[in-house]
Amino acid sequence: MTSSLLFNITTAAYFIAMVVFIVYLASKSEQVGFGATIISWIGFIANTGAIGLRWREAYAMGYQQAPLSNLYESVVFFAWSILLIYLVFDLKYKYRAIGAFVMPFAFGGMIWAQWTLDATIAPLVPALQSNWLTYHVITCFIGYAAFAVACGVSIMYLIKVGKEEAASGNPVGGILGMFPSVKVLDDLNYKAIMVGFPMLTLGIITGAAWANYAWGTYWSWDPKETWSLIVWFIYAAFLHARFTRGWVGRRAAWLSIFGFAATIFCYLGVNLVLSGLHSYGGG
Amino acid sequence: MSKDHNLIDSIWDFFCSLKLAIITLILLAGTSIIGTVIEQGMTPEEMAAKTGWSLDTLKFLDKSINAFDMYHSWWFLSLMGLFAVNLICCSIKRFPHVWKTVREPRLVVDDGFFRSLSNVEEVVAAKGTLDGVRDQVVNLLKNRFAAPVITEQDGKIHLYAEKGALSRFGVYITHSSILIIFIGAMIGNLWGYKAYVNIVEGSAIDQVWPRGGKEPIKLDFSVRCDNFDVEFYGDSQRPKEFSSDLVVLQNGQEVLKKKIEVNDPLSFNGITFYQSSYGPAGDATFRFRVRERATGKTIDVAARQGEHVPLPGGASFAVTNSTQSYDRFGPAVQMHVNTADGQHGNPFIVLQNFPEFDAQRGGDYIFSLTGMEQSYYTGLQVAKDPGVWVVWLGCFLMVAGSCGAFFLSHRRLWVTIQPLGKGVGVKLGGSAHRNQPAFALYFDTLRKDLNDALADK
Ligand code: HEM
Repeated sequence: MTSSLLFNITTAAYFIAMVVFIVYLASKSEQVGFGATIISWIGFIANTGAIGLRWREAYAMGYQQAPLSNLYESVVFFAWSILLIYLVFDLKYKYRAIGAFVMPFAFGGMIWAQWTLDATIAPLVPALQSNWLTYHVITCFIGYAAFAVACGVSIMYLIKVGKEEAASGNPVGGILGMFPSVKVLDDLNYKAIMVGFPMLTLGIITGAAWANYAWGTYWSWDPKETWSLIVWFIYAAFLHARFTRGWVGRRAAWLSIFGFAATIFCYLGVNLVLSGLHSYGGG
Repeated sequence: MSKDHNLIDSIWDFFCSLKLAIITLILLAGTSIIGTVIEQGMTPEEMAAKTGWSLDTLKFLDKSINAFDMYHSWWFLSLMGLFAVNLICCSIKRFPHVWKTVREPRLVVDDGFFRSLSNVEEVVAAKGTLDGVRDQVVNLLKNRFAAPVITEQDGKIHLYAEKGALSRFGVYITHSSILIIFIGAMIGNLWGYKAYVNIVEGSAIDQVWPRGGKEPIKLDFSVRCDNFDVEFYGDSQRPKEFSSDLVVLQNGQEVLKKKIEVNDPLSFNGITFYQSSYGPAGDATFRFRVRERATGKTIDVAARQGEHVPLPGGASFAVTNSTQSYDRFGPAVQMHVNTADGQHGNPFIVLQNFPEFDAQRGGDYIFSLTGMEQSYYTGLQVAKDPGVWVVWLGCFLMVAGSCGAFFLSHRRLWVTIQPLGKGVGVKLGGSAHRNQPAFALYFDTLRKDLNDALADK
């Protein structure tokens, strides 16, 4: 068993889960929905195992590093984090239909990593050999993943709310009938951001602590740092607009989608579009 | 007079308003993007050459908004200042109310208040005395929630119990943490510095060069580098780790010794030295064992790069180049031999790992490389930041405060017990300042327990 075989299984499982979730929405069969959840779990377990094996493979090559060292590894970890947050939300709130809108993010990440990114295990340069790297990446990615779930839920909200208004208050049927109510979707959007925001805060802080430990400067306004702060500002604005000015529903959903777009730019755009001090450059 | 008052009031309201907070947050987010597109610290000319963008535009951006150092520009700092002032005013305005809610809770409430709560329950105990029911309810609250405060007034008994009151302060802790981080950053800017220094192996320094400044900063101790080491991944040139053995000297005495690596600095007297770079210091010294082919006699000689070293019999040699890894063959030098009358011979390669290799060349002298000594300098970043602990304190408070604000809530229960006909009437009401759905579920079980407890009689 190698990590790359397990990564292939992961990708396949996420794809199948995504399709089965859509079939579930169309067929309204609870068994199909249960199947989709089981397949998601299988994918998640394979993803976990693959990351663990890759860690061992790096150790066997003499590199004492966590598998979070390049773009490929970070993307598969991102997919893992999305599943983690999604499955926790599924266990806690039990709204299965959300899977259809969250799995595409995880599958998209996996297929992109598998098809185009360089999967060789390369040693880290000395600047990145630190436990802080691990803490930093984990907290940031759990935050990003929570924002991905919030974004998926917000898309569902926007799809459903328009139809519901057109039906002037009558419950909408069809596929949309399988969605949680708009009130629940709005609340889940907020709950996911409430998980993501403190995680992103921790991510920024561990990043600063690490930079201070490695270079003696906790903040140097490099593009990656600045973009993480931009994302943080956006979600802080989201929370304040919600708490105190009553921005819920449509506006909150749009702000959440906008925030996730900024998150993705922070994660990928900065490296692929802007240049910086960070290591995942160039793909 | 009243006009003045209105003006001051509206300025105050402006600085307290949340609209301003949201606008400032969005402005900070939006304008921060500029500095991620325009490379900070470059000149307009360098940027234009690198990207092909219009030099005139870049020059204009530099002049008008200080785009090449925007995070220290007056307008960006003002925006941050506005953010801080907004935060302070807003907190000053709201805090007293929260303080009062927590310190002086309403112990006695009336029917109108109960009607304003979304979680209420009324139970009538057909039998029993006022005091008996009171004890039952007090016990129930003690066991299932928190011990209540009991107030008897006008023949009624009022109970008040609360949990998580401190979570009301989470928001204020979070907000003050932002100000604390700002203060820490200012302390660092005013009383700290960032500098660098290079130390050649075996030597010591007692001053460092600030970034961007000209005058060196004198330290009240000196730092010596005893040894520098660099390790590579396999035979590659990719450094795996590099480290320096540093010694801190004060009045000629060794006071601290540490081997520093990237990600493992040395700190002394609030000044920290970070391993950041390295490089060769001066020319390398090469040691050779030379065998004269004709006589078989061997001698040991040392040569610096470029230096002509005499050999027995009048010839001489010089090393012109060296590398740590010549393909897969390891360390190697390039050298040549000059004949006694000064004629320049052809260059050839000598490999350290293959001492007999040079015999195949067929020259008069057979060279084996026995050692290569390159002394290095170690490049250190030097930082003094007396504000950094204030920043970490702020970060800690921010995480603690926002967890408190997000995940805990202030839950309160009020009970009024009064005679009602022949029995005793009990009114129970509750509220939570956050996460109402969870509280509603909790209240539901509490309501059942209350009914059960009073029905037993
Ligand atoms: C990026 C910086 C900021 C962060 C991280 C932040 C964080 C928070 C957090 C965690 C809450 C708690 C929300 C809750 O009540 O559950 C909150 C609420 C609040 N914030 Fe901020 N805040 C920031 C900036 C500001 C600013 C500049 C103002 C200026 C007026 C402000 C005013 C408020 C107010 C009025 C509340 C509601 C308090 C309440 O619920 O009683 N915040 N903020």
